[in-house]
Amino acid sequence: MSAPIYGLVLAGGTSSRMRTDKAALLYEGQTQLRRAVSLLSRHATKVFVSVRPSQTSDPLRSSQPMIVDSVPGEGPIAGIRSAMQTHPEAAWLVLACDLPFLSDAVLEHLIANRHAEAPATAYRSAHDGLPEPLCAIWEPHAAAKLAAYQAEGGRCPRKFLIRNNAPLIEPLDARSLDNINTPEEYTEALGGIGGGTNAGTMRLNIQYFALMREQANLARESVETAAATPTELFAELAKKHGFTLSRDQLKVAVNSEFASWAQKLREGDSVVFIPPVAGG
Amino acid sequence: MRFRFANPPIDTVAARRELLDHGAGGYVSFEGWVRNHNEGQIVTRLEYEAFTELAAKEGERIIAAACAQFPVKHALCIHRIGVLDISDMAVWVGVSSAHRAEAFDACRFIIDEVKHRVPIWKKEHYQNGNSGWVNCERCAAAPHRQHDEHRH
Repeated sequence: MSAPIYGLVLAGGTSSRMRTDKAALLYEGQTQLRRAVSLLSRHATKVFVSVRPSQTSDPLRSSQPMIVDSVPGEGPIAGIRSAMQTHPEAAWLVLACDLPFLSDAVLEHLIANRHAEAPATAYRSAHDGLPEPLCAIWEPHAAAKLAAYQAEGGRCPRKFLIRNNAPLIEPLDARSLDNINTPEEYTEALGGIGGGTNAGTMRLNIQYFALMREQANLARESVETAAATPTELFAELAKKHGFTLSRDQLKVAVNSEFASWAQKLREGDSVVFIPPVAGG
Repeated sequence: MRFRFANPPIDTVAARRELLDHGAGGYVSFEGWVRNHNEGQIVTRLEYEAFTELAAKEGERIIAAACAQFPVKHALCIHRIGVLDISDMAVWVGVSSAHRAEAFDACRFIIDEVKHRVPIWKKEHYQNGNSGWVNCERCAAAPHRQHDEHRH
């Protein structure tokens, strides 16, 4: 029988690059902290917010049950260890407070693929292939190893997971675990959340080559579309331009790199459909 | 840039010079030329077009793979774009290495991969006034047919 899952939102960071409290950033009218807590509450038995001692009277944080860092040290490991000390019977579904693209599906998938015998179960980063420790399930029996790691001077939860061979699961899509560290990333995320996850539309740049350029009678165009993926976009444009090649004869590139037909498109992406090549 | 495009004719003397190496004992090059016929049709000229941003990256990956797979000293590939006449050089590949065998192997590998993977397209213009994008027009009419490789 594996341990019950409690949720922990890490809200003890200093948000230095954002220059404003990341937990208080608003998305669709709700603070990031509130979003993370309500998301976790649908998947965990109890939900706590991890804070530093100086944050206990902060109104945003103190509206939730808090766990105050009691273990010496800095950073997320201190928060995780304090939670483990407070409720040693629980496994902790830990979330950073700067992941605005998380969804129920992301947490469901993580829980469904949980390895309770490992110290933790984490997603593999779509960017560098390394573990994502701050959207992960930390098991109770990891506590001793974590204490030993910190005693040796270790501070990086990612290195801890690598060193302990934590099982990694593949992300559902490349963006779901993107974090937000700067005002620019926040602005971009607002656009992505409005346009990407709702049924809204976005503007894409399409470039045509060779046979497709001739059939579209265009070298490039900008389209406002509800298509979420290259597959949907191609279906829409094939109808508009009467392309004779079918999708399975083509490859697709997004932002000048080969891409998957199922990749989620984002506002402003440049898309190229690649007909069969014939260099040489 | 070990894979690049040329609009004017390819300067093979200058390209070959880039491969010189005191440790090299051999050099192999391949030139692809525009042929006057293809699949029963008389060809009068060719038109090359490329998605250059991605082609440059993919070409560079091919050269890197060749250098990782075969012990070569240097490798380079230059491809023309634009309109070419019969007997013009469309592509040049050069490889230098300590011994000849790996230079032959790497040169063959590079031209095969370039033809197969790099987003470059060619349109043939025929004597009868028709024209067609190689690998695109007939397979569009018969989608299940295997793509014919256009060989030099």
